[in-house]
Amino acid sequence: MNTNRRKFLKIASLSAFALSSGVASLGLGAKEAQAQLAPGAYGHGDKSLHAKRWAMVIDTREFKTAADYEPLIKACHRAHNVPDIPGNKNIKWLWLDSYEHCFPDDMNPHLSTKMQQAVFPLLCNHCTNPPCVRVCPTQATYKMADGIVAMDYHRCIGCRFCMAGCPYGARSFNFFDPRKYLPEPTNPSFPTRMIGVVEKCTFCAERLAKGQLPACVEASNGKILFGDLEDPNSTVRKALAANYSIRRKPNLGTQPGVYYLI
Amino acid sequence: MLEKLFTGSKYYYLWLLFLVCVILGCAVAYAVQLQTGLGVTGMNRDVSWGLYISQFTYFVGVAASAVMLVLPAYFHHYVKFKRMIIFGEFMAVAAVVMCALFIVVDLGQPQRMANVMLHPTPNSVMFYDMIVLIGYLCLNIIIGWVTLEAERLEVAPPKWVKPLVYLSVIWAFSIHTVTAFLYAGIPGRHYWLTAIMAARFLSSAFCSGPAILLLLLFVVRRLTGFDPGKDAIKTLATIIVYAMCINVFFYCLELFTSFYSNIPGHMEPIMFLFNGHGGELAWVSYFMWAAVIMAFASLALLIPPQLRTSKFLPLALIMLVLASWIDKGLGLLIGGFTPNMYEGFTPYMPTCTEITVALGVYAIGLLVLSLLWKIALCVKRDVNNFCD
Repeated sequence: MNTNRRKFLKIASLSAFALSSGVASLGLGAKEAQAQLAPGAYGHGDKSLHAKRWAMVIDTREFKTAADYEPLIKACHRAHNVPDIPGNKNIKWLWLDSYEHCFPDDMNPHLSTKMQQAVFPLLCNHCTNPPCVRVCPTQATYKMADGIVAMDYHRCIGCRFCMAGCPYGARSFNFFDPRKYLPEPTNPSFPTRMIGVVEKCTFCAERLAKGQLPACVEASNGKILFGDLEDPNSTVRKALAANYSIRRKPNLGTQPGVYYLI
Repeated sequence: MLEKLFTGSKYYYLWLLFLVCVILGCAVAYAVQLQTGLGVTGMNRDVSWGLYISQFTYFVGVAASAVMLVLPAYFHHYVKFKRMIIFGEFMAVAAVVMCALFIVVDLGQPQRMANVMLHPTPNSVMFYDMIVLIGYLCLNIIIGWVTLEAERLEVAPPKWVKPLVYLSVIWAFSIHTVTAFLYAGIPGRHYWLTAIMAARFLSSAFCSGPAILLLLLFVVRRLTGFDPGKDAIKTLATIIVYAMCINVFFYCLELFTSFYSNIPGHMEPIMFLFNGHGGELAWVSYFMWAAVIMAFASLALLIPPQLRTSKFLPLALIMLVLASWIDKGLGLLIGGFTPNMYEGFTPYMPTCTEITVALGVYAIGLLVLSLLWKIALCVKRDVNNFCD
């Protein structure tokens, strides 16, 4: 190392020290400094709802027809600007299907007429062992500490491995520009998505952060329960303890977080 | 050696011009797809992968098949393969380029594909797939180029290339195994959830890849007079027969497990592929039956040694390639997705735009192959290693 270079390094390190101590002398801790730089920094708000493992219990006995579910679907799709695209390239966050399609493993040819005609709501199961998270090559879909399986629309490369991985068909791909098919009125407080990314139900993580229950739960007037599965005193645990419940495709070991009271 | 690219007959340049025109034409279709979105394809919410990913899968196999030349030549010192080994390696390069392009055209947000490297995710099989494919591409470019350069200078290849060759043998198996793991580890897709998937992939690759190589070399022989050697062709044809027998055997194993167990989920994809749904044959059913007929017909022409060396060999190889392409390039994806996750049926058929984009990728692959083989052929001619 020649003298010039040594000299330069000396000066450089001294000035770096001077700069950093200068910041420190302003009396700011690291956290405060960060808060000043990014005022909207992430954290739990005072009102936000917390759980160790969010879960949903749908009391299907309280819903008679498809029309009973309509307000829930509308509330969800409006809150999240879910586009309505005709055909089989559509986007679905919350939708309805028959018993046979929802619970194919529990099917028998002599199911009661009532069950054969009934419809059931489908949504992302927010699995404990989500295959979609396992297969995603960019961590664009990931599991949060409270059990919610979330999506980063800005990281998703649109490879659709998660759609192949999800055994519940809970994921939709934006085959077209979704902004051309938005429901009216749009919700300006929730982002619309761009073309070429995958999306799905988020268990309304954004509403929980503001202290609100998920949109479908709110619209259901108590027919859908939402709470902490790890808390024995939660509404969901009490409902599950008192009623017979099933989940979709339990034999796959994904541990769905959505329970159906039948 | 690059200067060899600029020597050639009028027909060589016309062929390149033709390929470039095809590529540009197909690029228009890709531009439309970029503009409108993947909605221009036949894929949908239930059938979320289609022609692109199936072609990707098929060509990973073609790439891996170079090992069927490398392994006998380097592990067993079978010198008769030495003359055509470079063509296998360069075909692997072209095939991996096609694989990469098939992935790119399948992405919804291709400009973000670097995210796979920026956010490496070891739990995703696709992460490993990217690593093994890039690795295999580099290995084949380096090994192919260095050995060809050595041949041109009429010296022995440098010693350091040998460990790379051995590595490439293991690597070839790994690329197709990892590709099979993309499918075989997914819960709830009955057709794919089978431990024999990787073995099936490898056996189908090791018959179809060398078959494509031989067919292309027959064309080259007709056009340039380059002769891979009678014994080399015979040995490679024998390898192809064994691999095809194993491939058919493995498919029959699938049939046994599905139908003897009588589990509906396992039977449905196969029933759909061969029998359609609701009393009506699906379009893919015709292809599947054609594949069955061609598979057995090719075996009938390939198993007897006197037929294997006769003029029927190209016909047998064409049928073998078509049969394996239908199995892996159509049946695999449609059988996995069309019986959907609600135990219902969602049909899929590629659109014209989708097929055009795929043809464009094929043309790029052919262009890469033509250029690389051109160099190899020139070198072989210069050093008198052209024919017997």
